[in-house]
Amino acid sequence: MTMPLMRPRRKNPVLRTPQMNLPPWARGRVALGLTAAAAEGRLELQVCQDCGAVQYPPREACHACVSARLRWRAQSGAGRLLAATTLHHSNDLFFRERLPWRLGLVQLDAGATLVVHLHGDVTAPGQPVRVTARLDRAGRAVVIALPDPETPHMADDKMLREMGCDPKFRKVLVSDGKTPLGQALVRAFVAAGADIVWVGHAEPWKKLPGFDALSALPQVTLVPLDVTDGRSVAELAGEIAGKVDIVVNNAEVHRAHGIAARRGTDAARAEMDVNYFGLLRLAQEFGPALKGRSADGVAHAAAWVNLLSIYALANFPPHGTYAASKAAAHSLAQCLRAEMRPAGIRVVNVFPGPVDDEWNQNLPPPKLAPDALARAVVQALKDGLEDVYPGDVAQEWLERWREDPRVLERELAAGG
Amino acid sequence: MAVRARRQGYEGVAVCVPVTVPYVRYSTRGAFWFLGRAVRALLETSGLRKDDIDGLTVSSFSLAPDTAVGVTQHLGLSPRWLDHLPNGGASGVMALRRAARAVQAGDASVVACVAADTNHVDSFRLMLGSFSQFARDATYPYGSGGPNALFAFITANYMARSGARREDFGRLCVDQRTNALAWGSRFFRKPLTLDEYLAARPIAEPIHLFDCVMPCAGAEAFLVMSEQRARDLGLAYATVRGTIERHNAFQDDPVMVRGGWRVDLPDLYAMAGARPADVDFLQAYDDYPVIVMMQLEGLGFCEPGEGPAFMRAHRFTHDGSFPLNTSGGQLSSGQAGAAGGFMNVNEALRQLTGQAVGRQVAGARLGLVGGYGMVTYDRCLCTGAALLGTPA
Repeated sequence: MTMPLMRPRRKNPVLRTPQMNLPPWARGRVALGLTAAAAEGRLELQVCQDCGAVQYPPREACHACVSARLRWRAQSGAGRLLAATTLHHSNDLFFRERLPWRLGLVQLDAGATLVVHLHGDVTAPGQPVRVTARLDRAGRAVVIALPDPETPHMADDKMLREMGCDPKFRKVLVSDGKTPLGQALVRAFVAAGADIVWVGHAEPWKKLPGFDALSALPQVTLVPLDVTDGRSVAELAGEIAGKVDIVVNNAEVHRAHGIAARRGTDAARAEMDVNYFGLLRLAQEFGPALKGRSADGVAHAAAWVNLLSIYALANFPPHGTYAASKAAAHSLAQCLRAEMRPAGIRVVNVFPGPVDDEWNQNLPPPKLAPDALARAVVQALKDGLEDVYPGDVAQEWLERWREDPRVLERELAAGG
Repeated sequence: MAVRARRQGYEGVAVCVPVTVPYVRYSTRGAFWFLGRAVRALLETSGLRKDDIDGLTVSSFSLAPDTAVGVTQHLGLSPRWLDHLPNGGASGVMALRRAARAVQAGDASVVACVAADTNHVDSFRLMLGSFSQFARDATYPYGSGGPNALFAFITANYMARSGARREDFGRLCVDQRTNALAWGSRFFRKPLTLDEYLAARPIAEPIHLFDCVMPCAGAEAFLVMSEQRARDLGLAYATVRGTIERHNAFQDDPVMVRGGWRVDLPDLYAMAGARPADVDFLQAYDDYPVIVMMQLEGLGFCEPGEGPAFMRAHRFTHDGSFPLNTSGGQLSSGQAGAAGGFMNVNEALRQLTGQAVGRQVAGARLGLVGGYGMVTYDRCLCTGAALLGTPA
């Protein structure tokens, strides 16, 4: 049984901070299909469209009928353990630094035999397991076997914690605590066992409902942060960047209009200044510090979360300038992901549908409750996801966007 | 079952001149250096001129980006028959089998079968991650233990199914060390006791230190020609009584419990007109002890699952009840890459030509060589076997 994780001891400031050595990241182009699905939390394997055979390892032709018509399809992951081993020696630095390390050989009910990272609660050959795909610290998908049914404290397993960014015992910065979503995020991180939640607030004179109760939580510390002000960001980074394990950037300006509905560029400029340049300023100040602490003990720096919008994928004309700023932020977030990857820091991009807040007042339901979105963010961190599309609207847009982004654009121009 | 044409025998073929380029743990030389030393040793031992070699097989993992054809220009050879066989533990049997057919068909008259690999500090690690596409995508990112983890699965599963204990594998390792010391191994100078075997540190449980082979650099080579040619040259030789190979057999077994020999075993013994009981010694590929167990079962010395009982019933020293890996095998000499897949052939040749100094199996007339190689994902794909005999 997994032992519950104990609160890590305070770091000895005299000792050197260990640097990150990533696990092996080389994969063939075909095998990256596993990673694309794992980034969204799904186990997908290639299935032959001619004979139905499930393939593993990833390949270019069906092992049963030699067809080239292989498609990535979601799998339940149900299977059983064939054999297990505990490695006491590894040729790779990442694993060498984490020995002993458990591996398993699993047969899926769907047929294939998989070499997997093995959860500590899976011990006996024949034991049922649920195989899933997770991103490892290199951002590449690996298959892991979990106990089925689930076991107490299973999230605290050493291997599983390496594959995710569980907030438990981690120190989190939420860049804007004033909005309903910001407050929900803070509560969700406290509930998930975060050690400290630093809560940014740009305008201390504003008194908002719920904020006093929030700031009374023992884990919460209010910090002045205005992402439009480079000096404000730099000053906060100077204080806490060396301690933050997870940055959640939810600061945003959202005005509901397109091009013709409002004269001038002031509102659009404000959106860009917070939604795009705010991310840039935060990333420049906090990014390097996170990278430097990505192997710093069991609660090492782990993740950067961007609250984007499903409008980042395709412009929604009634919210046209906002959508444009989120598209810009999405593009910059891809750059940030590439720059953080060598250190093993995960960049999680969240693409929610409309949130049930004042700026979406005129949109019809379904709208995403701030609490539900906050829970989705925390769950994505626990599951180690990279791309998250919470809510029914986001899921539907995503499906349409995948089918044909040009068709979606025309549908949105016609009203939705 | 499809009707298969009866395969022809290997009459008239001689295998001779086993040469070994001494193994070293690490070398600053490249694979070509070891290949060159091996070919030179073949020429010096046989008395042939370089131009007499008109067939060549090359087995190497550290030759990249070159293949066998690069070896011809590097060494100034001009063969009319060429093959590239980097197939690990099956390389020796596969080279022998192909060369024998080339000689029988007249495509070549003297085939040099050469296996060589170098081993630089850190080159083993670099090879593991690029050994195959499946290894890169589906095994190396899982702990990067190399084959140890995969053979740990295979061994653990075998132990659970057959009741094999670590002592059973240990007995084999102890006897192979005794064989190695009988002639003087380069790497190991002390006997191994069963207690030392059992007390060794774990590597990937149930694999412990003495279940693993040590990567090293070295080369092995032999010549294949007609019996007539060997007699004319005055070379001591062995005849090919039969040989088989099979790849990716039993692919529906979820975990490897057997090699492919059983598919073709009746052919092997029928070609030789012999039974397993007639075999005087076995040179089995031994990257891990469980693989030897599977060869004992697969090659007809005992039934599947009876390996442990066979282990308990026999001694495997050169003077024991079942002489096995009489030079000490890779477990007691190191694994020089693909040359490890030639060691079994060369030791059989030395036994059958009376060159097994200090470890000669008395009255050896028929020997069996087992080849087993190439874990591209979760199991060994190549299996082969050759029955070699003394000339009539």
